[in-house]
Amino acid sequence: MSVMSKIKETIICLKAGRVTLPYPAHPKPVPQAFRGRPIFDATKCIGCGGCASNCPAREILLLDICQEIRILKYLGRRCAYCGRCADVCPEKAITMSKEFENATDNIGDIGQTLELFMSTCQRCGRCFKEMSPLEQLKMKGYRFDDLQNERWIFRSQSYLGDAPFTDDIKIEME
Amino acid sequence: MLKNLCKKMSAKSLWVYHANSGGCNGCDIEVLNALTPYYDVERFGIKLVGSPRHADVMLCQGPAMRSTAKALKRAYEAMPAPKLVFAIGSCACGGGLWHDSYSVIGPVEKILPVSYYIPGCPPRPEAIIYGVAVALGLVEKKTAPVDFKQPEYRIPIYHPDDPHRDEKSEKS
Repeated sequence: MSVMSKIKETIICLKAGRVTLPYPAHPKPVPQAFRGRPIFDATKCIGCGGCASNCPAREILLLDICQEIRILKYLGRRCAYCGRCADVCPEKAITMSKEFENATDNIGDIGQTLELFMSTCQRCGRCFKEMSPLEQLKMKGYRFDDLQNERWIFRSQSYLGDAPFTDDIKIEME
Repeated sequence: MLKNLCKKMSAKSLWVYHANSGGCNGCDIEVLNALTPYYDVERFGIKLVGSPRHADVMLCQGPAMRSTAKALKRAYEAMPAPKLVFAIGSCACGGGLWHDSYSVIGPVEKILPVSYYIPGCPPRPEAIIYGVAVALGLVEKKTAPVDFKQPEYRIPIYHPDDPHRDEKSEKS
């Protein structure tokens, strides 16, 4: 009886044949609706900051270094590839590519930095009127994100760079 | 130096230990998928072991949490000396979507020295195999940092108090 079951098992195993995919040697196509790494197109971007306001992982940072130049930095490290930035972009400057082979030894390789030229209002020089507290919560317009430490700055806290970090790890590990 | 180390290790085989420090099990399933016959990683000599004392490579999934940071550090210290750490998934690479909540400390690299990053939420099993292949030196990494710069255009400024206003408009 046990011999028969072994023979049956052998037949089942032989029927399956070879199933292993030759992956690293041959590329494997991804499904049709696959969302990979977002690609930012600087030529189309108008710098509205909609992607930065809508990113659930908060990893698209904006910094206005002067009136006319705005830096948009995509970190890519905690991106969940949800595609919301591509969805909200009015100029379709962000496309969700099909790249998934993003393994690196340096996390900075995944980032993308755009230096955008923002034109000035010809009448007043600055296009942002004074905001109501409710509009301030939406955080659109002039922003100072902390590009060095790679974190958002909330308007309500009005924090600019120099405030010290609370070092959680030292508290925990000792 | 790291490359030579990897080559020396790959002469034998990488034994991986799979440490989940508070992830959602999505990346766990993808890692276990890479061990199935479809993506057979045992042809590269990769084997899953149950104890960090037997392992060469630690696969970290999930962010460093307040409650598990200590245990993760101890598991890393228990591994024998030439050791690699792979951060798999966007939680381990950057802290995940809940990176700023109370219980999450942040990415794994705040606690352990991470040698390879595999972003994705979760990464496909192919992406994990690709990351291992990059570490072994079988393939080159594809990603590179991108810096774009838009050209600056000169804008004529029209101001009602500008005495040369009419000349400027004639020129343009």
